[in-house]
Amino acid sequence: MECALDAQSLISISLRKIHSSRTQRGGIKLHKNLLVSYVLRNARQLYLSERYAELYRRQQQQQQQQQQQPPHHQHQHLAYAAPGMPASAADFGPLQLGGGGDAEAREPAARAAPQAAAAASPPASPAPASSPGFYRGAYPAPSDFGVHCSSQTTVLDLDTHVVTTVENGYLHQDCCASAHCLCCGQGAPGPGLASAAGCKRKYYPGQEEDDDDEEDAGDLGAEPPGGAPFAPCKRARFEDFCPDSSPDASNISNLISIFGSGFSGLVSRQPDSSEQPPPLNGQLCAKQALASLGAWTRAIVAF
Amino acid sequence: MNCPDESTYGNKADIISTVEFNHTGELLATGDKGGRVVIFQREQESKNQVHRRGEYNVYSTFQSHEPEFDYLKSLEIEEKINKIRWLPQQNAAYFLLSTNDKTVKLWKVSERDKRPEGYNLKDEEGRLRDPATITTLRVPVLRPMDLMVEATPRRVFANAHTYHINSISVNSDYETYMSADDLRINLWNFEITNQSFNIVDIKPANMEELTEVITAAEFHPHHCNTFVYSSSKGTIRLCDMRASALCDRHTKFFEEPEDPSNRSFFSEIISSISDVKFSHSGRYIMTRDYLTVKVWDLNMENRPMETYQVHDYLRSKLCSLYENDCIFDKFECVWNGSDSVIMTGSYNNFFRMFDRNTKRDVTLEASRENSKPRAILKPRKVCVGGKRRKDEISVDSLDFSKKILHTAWHPSENIIAVAATNNLYIFQDKVN
Repeated sequence: MECALDAQSLISISLRKIHSSRTQRGGIKLHKNLLVSYVLRNARQLYLSERYAELYRRQQQQQQQQQQQPPHHQHQHLAYAAPGMPASAADFGPLQLGGGGDAEAREPAARAAPQAAAAASPPASPAPASSPGFYRGAYPAPSDFGVHCSSQTTVLDLDTHVVTTVENGYLHQDCCASAHCLCCGQGAPGPGLASAAGCKRKYYPGQEEDDDDEEDAGDLGAEPPGGAPFAPCKRARFEDFCPDSSPDASNISNLISIFGSGFSGLVSRQPDSSEQPPPLNGQLCAKQALASLGAWTRAIVAF
Repeated sequence: MNCPDESTYGNKADIISTVEFNHTGELLATGDKGGRVVIFQREQESKNQVHRRGEYNVYSTFQSHEPEFDYLKSLEIEEKINKIRWLPQQNAAYFLLSTNDKTVKLWKVSERDKRPEGYNLKDEEGRLRDPATITTLRVPVLRPMDLMVEATPRRVFANAHTYHINSISVNSDYETYMSADDLRINLWNFEITNQSFNIVDIKPANMEELTEVITAAEFHPHHCNTFVYSSSKGTIRLCDMRASALCDRHTKFFEEPEDPSNRSFFSEIISSISDVKFSHSGRYIMTRDYLTVKVWDLNMENRPMETYQVHDYLRSKLCSLYENDCIFDKFECVWNGSDSVIMTGSYNNFFRMFDRNTKRDVTLEASRENSKPRAILKPRKVCVGGKRRKDEISVDSLDFSKKILHTAWHPSENIIAVAATNNLYIFQDKVN
């Protein structure tokens, strides 16, 4: 009996396990939860890399239709959009963890993405056994994600001084699916600023570093001035997660963007922001996922 | 591939959670999920009953641990016995350590086969006599009685572990022992229950940076300063207590580089070591992870000396095994007395033996249907793909609720004890 779970199912199964471990007799088992969080990290990395590939593919399509921008810049944007994306994940090869953050990793990732997207775009019936086939079947269909908010991001590329308007598409709107979204609100004010229903927070790229430092500041309810966005979401997020209802796509992706892995040691290191131009919103979501700490760990380690 | 509820197979409290022979092999102790310890004793060989040579019968049963409640954390503490370790026998009584998640206890198991009779101040039923009626004095004498085996808790070592205890190990000095939980290892003196020394602490300053936990620990069989502990990342650290008081820095570090072609979602889980055991000689350590058993030479840290595949056919089933939680099963492994054969359990009540010299291996099954007394165990085979032969069993037919996690090997003879859920099987090699 073969079974090939896609990244989303694995994520929901893993979260369910963590949730049920809280009520298990004998208390939370640290070892098991640690192992489950590794699976979560692996699945999330694949899921995010697939989303980036999809995003890139859509942008390529738009670009072919509109032909507004020289391909070179688009290329660069997408490369910057996925610093955490493991180079080989876009190839849907064996999962490489610890995501490359250097320029060399990014370039082949961006180049490989369209090929991988093309190869994977009709989701094949799950292939048995080996890892590459395993992942290939997990490519999420674009129709999985309803359009909740269509928004545009206007971004300035500091290297080329080119202003680009990017349709954020699914990645962004997934994050906005619930009221507890962290990364809604684009850095650059401008036309088409997303104001999806329920998005409470504005998130400015400049705040990132402050937020990283302030992660652990304050208690559960406190809201430090920098607006550590994850703090008030902890309780709500937990209640959000309902193991009985079948989690829909937007819920899962929202949890992904908020959750992180719960243990920062498991999380791929964030690229040094000094090397980066102002990131796209897609990267904001990923960065937020990478940066958010605390809540699930505290849920797990209830000592 | 479902995993039926264990209660299908009887009372959940009867599920055996640990098995251990004592140092002579005369006694065999089992602990169960209900906190009970059952000790079996080997029948003395007698000319009268040749057929009953060497059988193990129940010697003593007692309740070692009870469920407890930690009010501060609102947590229930399971009474399940995680490990039993015997102390070497130093007098007529037997001593063993048993532990649940939080508390270690030292039990004394002793026999009473005589009782004093002929008291002056009380009669045979124990009623006090009126001193005025006593006209003579006599000395009480010991008279034989029916054998009674009593177990008394002699020490309780509590409140030293924040996390769940996974191992205990008696030191070769017979004065100290260690207990290990997910993040810390403590050293105890048998005589002192209100203090223990912390010798390993891998808890990070920020728990969010946690990447690995301690999964098993054991003292070297001869060198009282040396011990090893394994981690959830598939590494083993050997520590020398003479080096420093806190052994956070290891003396040796055993790790095999990961094979990148085997990478999957579950790589971290299947590389987590579930058991580590020194060989009797002290020259090797054996580790068990989800799919393999490895033998390491203490002098070679960069890779194991030998790797044995226990049930590699499960590699393609990992995500089902993750769904039904079987991937978290912690299998133990054991050496035989001469360190030439190693044994470990699998699913479907199968257990595997690997002969390190001949490189032959065998799969056997512990089940009532297949083993009558004095019947010879038939080797089993799992069919991986293609045509299934008559006696083979296909991977999809394996019963994953029947798992053999705990086995033990007599210290000097070819007698093995195999725990299959709530049944204990004892097999002897009749060749001797």
